Amino acid sequence: MSSSIESRRNFLKTTGIGSVAAVGSAASLLTENANAAQIQAVGTTVLPYPTKAVSKAGAMPINTPVAFNYPDADSPCVAIKMGEKTNGGVGPNGDIVAYSTLCTHMGCPVNYDTQNRVFKCPCHFSQFDSQNLGQMVCGQATENLPRITLNYDSKTDAISAVAVTGLIYGRAANII
Amino acid sequence: MTKFNDRITLPPVDAQKTNMTCHFCIVGCGYNVYKWDADKEGGRAPNQNALGLDFRKQLPPLAVTLTPAMTNTIVDSNGKRSNIMIVPDKACVVNSGLSSTRGGKMASYMYNAEGITQERLLYPQLYMGDQWLQTSWDGALAIYAGLTKKILDKDGPRPIFYSAFDHGGAGGGFENTWGSGKLMFTAIQTPSVRIHNRPAYNSECHATREMGIGELNNSYEDAELADVVWSIGGNPYETQTNYFLNHWLPNLTGATLDKKKSWFKGEPVAEGKVIFVDPRKNTTVGICELVAKDRVLHLDIQPGTDIALFNGLFTYVIAQGWIDKDFIAKHTTGFNEAAAANKLSLEQCSQITGVSIDKLKKAAEWSYKPKANGQLPRTMHSYEKGIIWGNDNYLIQSAVVDLVLATHNVGRRGTGVVRMGGHQEGYTRPPHPTGEKIYIDQEIIKGNGKMMTWWACNNFQTSNNAQQLREVVLKRAQIVKAAMSKARGASPAEMIDIIYDATNRGGLFVASINLYPTSLQETAHLLLPATQPGEMNLTSMNGERRLRLSQKFMDPPGEAKPDCIIAAMVANHIKVAYQKEGNQSMVTRFSGFDWTKEEDAFNDGFRRAGQPGVGPIDSQGGPTGVLATYPLLVKAGNNGVQLPIKEVKDGKLIGTPMIYADNKFDTKDGRAIFKSSPWPGLPKPVQAQKDKYAFWINNGRANEVWQTAYHDQYNEFVRGRYPMAYLEINPADATALGISGGDVVEVFNDYGSTYAMAYPVADAKPKQTFMLFGYVRGVAGDVTTEWVDRNIIPYYKGTWANIKRVGSIADFKKTVSLKRRAYTPASA
Repeated sequence: MSSSIESRRNFLKTTGIGSVAAVGSAASLLTENANAAQIQAVGTTVLPYPTKAVSKAGAMPINTPVAFNYPDADSPCVAIKMGEKTNGGVGPNGDIVAYSTLCTHMGCPVNYDTQNRVFKCPCHFSQFDSQNLGQMVCGQATENLPRITLNYDSKTDAISAVAVTGLIYGRAANII
Repeated sequence: MTKFNDRITLPPVDAQKTNMTCHFCIVGCGYNVYKWDADKEGGRAPNQNALGLDFRKQLPPLAVTLTPAMTNTIVDSNGKRSNIMIVPDKACVVNSGLSSTRGGKMASYMYNAEGITQERLLYPQLYMGDQWLQTSWDGALAIYAGLTKKILDKDGPRPIFYSAFDHGGAGGGFENTWGSGKLMFTAIQTPSVRIHNRPAYNSECHATREMGIGELNNSYEDAELADVVWSIGGNPYETQTNYFLNHWLPNLTGATLDKKKSWFKGEPVAEGKVIFVDPRKNTTVGICELVAKDRVLHLDIQPGTDIALFNGLFTYVIAQGWIDKDFIAKHTTGFNEAAAANKLSLEQCSQITGVSIDKLKKAAEWSYKPKANGQLPRTMHSYEKGIIWGNDNYLIQSAVVDLVLATHNVGRRGTGVVRMGGHQEGYTRPPHPTGEKIYIDQEIIKGNGKMMTWWACNNFQTSNNAQQLREVVLKRAQIVKAAMSKARGASPAEMIDIIYDATNRGGLFVASINLYPTSLQETAHLLLPATQPGEMNLTSMNGERRLRLSQKFMDPPGEAKPDCIIAAMVANHIKVAYQKEGNQSMVTRFSGFDWTKEEDAFNDGFRRAGQPGVGPIDSQGGPTGVLATYPLLVKAGNNGVQLPIKEVKDGKLIGTPMIYADNKFDTKDGRAIFKSSPWPGLPKPVQAQKDKYAFWINNGRANEVWQTAYHDQYNEFVRGRYPMAYLEINPADATALGISGGDVVEVFNDYGSTYAMAYPVADAKPKQTFMLFGYVRGVAGDVTTEWVDRNIIPYYKGTWANIKRVGSIADFKKTVSLKRRAYTPASA
C-alpha cells in the first residue's frame, strides 16, 4: 500500500464521513438531457455511444474517484486508478476502471469506500466491487454496476469513455 | 433477458397486466407482470408505455425498479412470442414497490429456450441403460403409477416413500399441497412421507402450537409499531428482505413515530429498538447498527445456548415483576410449573450463553420493563432458523413463548411471537394417515422403502447427515438401474415386475418431480416436469397470512404440468387399473381427482375445508377458506386478504390482521399453556463432534441465493458470485491453516466431508465459521449429525468439523469478490 493512499485515507477520515466519498448527487439526475432528441439508435444494433475524454492516466491520483458524466450529462460516473492491475482495467498499468454511480437496484447514488474499494448504496445497502467488474458483493440489485468501457491512447496518455456494459439505472436504453 | 445488456423493451400501454406474488421468500412481495406481442414496443413518453414513466429523460432515484433481469421473451404453446416484464408493485402494502435480488429475477427465470432456464425439464424422462430418454406422460405414468399400485397391492402403502413440499410459492401453493396431499394421504395412504427440509412429516413449530399459539400471529405492520423487535436466529436483510427494509427499518429510524402516536394515544412511544440473538454478527446486525447504533443490542450467544438465554430472562423478569399477572391468571395455565422448571439465574445464564449480565439486563429492561405510565412495552419476538434448526427446536420455542406469555407480548398490536419464515406458506392437506413421525432418511439408510419420490425438493442438498443419505440412495438406486438396463423390449407391466423384483433385493426406485433435473438426476430413474407460478394459477400466503393469487400468464414449457394435475394423473391412472380389476373399494380411494385445471384443486381442498359433510382437512385457510374464490382473489390483487377471512363485504374479502387479540388461544379451554423447558446442554452426538473437531460449522442462507439454487445455478450473476458454497472464516484462523481467500477447503468430521470456497471475514469469531446452506456445489448438510429433537427436527446449525486447504482455482481468485459482505458505515 503506497504512502499516497495512506495519506489520502487519513485526509478523508478527517472529513467526518470516514473514507466514504460521495460521488454523485440525486439533484444532478433531475435535469433534462439536452441531447435527448438528437441521439437516435435507428439502424444500429450497437447504441451510438459517444467518445468522451475522462482524464490523463498520469494525472489520476491513486484510489480516488474522478467524477465524469457519460454517455450524457445526466449519467454520473467515476473513473478510479487502482494502483495495481485490476480486472477490466486499462491504462499503462491496466489499473484504471470506471463505473456508473447509480445503483442498479433503484438508482440511488453509490458512495466509494476507499479502504474496501467497494461502491456502497446507502438506500438498500447494496455493495459493488470496484476491483471485480462491479460485481455485487451483497445487496438487492439484480445487475452488477454498469461498467464504462474505457479506451487508453498511449500517445497522449488520454483515457476516454467509449461505451457502457450494463443498463444504467432509470433508462430504457443507455442512450436516451 | 434480451441479448443486449444496455437496453430493454418497454411494454406498450395496452400490454396485458396481471398479478404475481414473488414465489421465493416468505415475504411475498407484490409484482405486476406485463406481457405483450414480441414484435411490439412501448414508447418512451409516459403516455406511450404501460409503466406511465417518462423515459425520454433520466429517471430520478427510487422512481422505478427496472432492470434487464426483469424482462424476458417467452413462447406460448401456440407458438406466439411475447415479451414479458415483471416489476414490483408500488401499491402492494408488503413491499411498496421494493424488489429483492431474488424477486427481481423472476422474469429471467421464466422459460426461454435460449435463456437461463434452458435446462428446464420439458418432458417426462426415463433412465434406460446409460442415458435419459424422453417419454410421454402415458409412458411415464404406466411405470410410476403401475409400480405404486404394485407395491400397494403386494406390501401396502408403507414402502412408498415421499419427500415433498408442504408450503407456498414456487414448488408449493394451496393447489399443489392439496393435490399431492390427497394422493399421498387419501389415495395411497402412505405414512412414509418427509417434508422437503426435514427428515420426517412434522411441524417446525410443534411447541408453540401445543402452547396454543400459531406461529404466524401478527402483521408486518406490527414491526412498525413495536417498541422492541427481537430477531432470534434470523437475518432478515438477507432472508426476508423487504419485510426488513419496508417495515422494520422505518421503525428503527423513527419514521413510524407518528403512526405509533396515532394508534396508541397517550402511550409513551419512541423510535424502535432491535435485539438480535445470533452467535454471528450477520449483515442485518451491521445495517441496524449503522442506522441506529444506540438502539441495537446483539446478544452473541455461544452456539446452541438459546434455551438458557430465554430461561434466564424469564426468571429475571419474574423476579422484577415485569410480567402481566392478570393476563397470566385469566388466560394461561402452567405458569408456576414453568417458572420453577426453567429457573436460571442471570449469573448462570451469562455463564452458559457467554453474554454479559449487563447486556442481559439491558435486553430485559428494553423489552419488558413497564413504561412511564406503567404499561408493559410492546415487544415483538421473531424467530427463524437459528432456533428452528437449533438446539433443540421444541425446547427453545417453549422457552421463548414462556417469556412472551409472561410479558403478554402476543395478541396486542406491536407485539407477536412469530416465525419469520423461509418460503411462503400454502398448506391444505388431508391429515397424515397415522400421525407417525417417521425418520425417513434413516429408514432409507436402513434399507427400507421400495420407491422414493422427491417432489419439488432435493434432499441431496437439503438434509442433515446428507452424505450418508446420498451414498445409500445411489447404491440402492443402482440395483434398480442395473435391472432396468437388462430389460429388452419389456412391456410396462414387465418393466414394473423387473423394478419390483429389484426393490426386493434392496433396490430403491427413485422419481423426481421438479422444474429441473437437479442433482437427483444422478440417482433417479424417472423425472417428471412440473410448473412454477406464472405457468399456472397458484395461491399462497406470506408471513402475515396474506393470501394472494399469482395469475397464470404463460403456458408451461414443453409438457410440464402443475403438481396438482400430476397428482391427479397418477391417481386417475391407478383408479383405472382398479376399475379394470373390479376393486371398488380402491376405486373409491383413488376417486375425486377429476381436475382439469389448478382451480379445481383449490376448490376441492382449500375451499372445502371445514365445510359440512366434508372429511377432515388441515388447511391454513380454516373453515372460512370457502369464501376465497379465484375471481375475488384476482380482484384483491397483490394486497390479497389476511387469513382467516372474516367475511365478504361489497365484493371484497375482509381478513384478520392480528390473531389472539381476544386472548382466546388455540387450546381446548382457550388458555395458552406454559411449557417447562430446562436447559439440557448440547446433544451427545453434537457434543462429541465439538470435543473432537476445531471449528463450529454454522450454516444458513445468503441473500443472493434462493434455496438449492435450482434457478440460480444457471444464472451467471449468482453462479459467478458463488461458484461454490462459501465458508466465512476468521482471517487469523485462515492464515494459521495456510488458507487464503478464494481457496477451496475441505470441511470434514465423523459424518462426512464437503468442500467450500474460503471467505475470510473480520466479522467471523475465532473457530466459528459460517457456510452457505443447501448449495448446489458444497453441501453443508454433509457434516451435520443425525441428531434430531423429539419431533425429528434436525440441528442443522450444530456441528463441528476440521478444515484444511485443498488448493485454489485461479478463476475463483480472479473473478469472485471476496470483499466483506457486511455493510459497514465506513472503512473498517
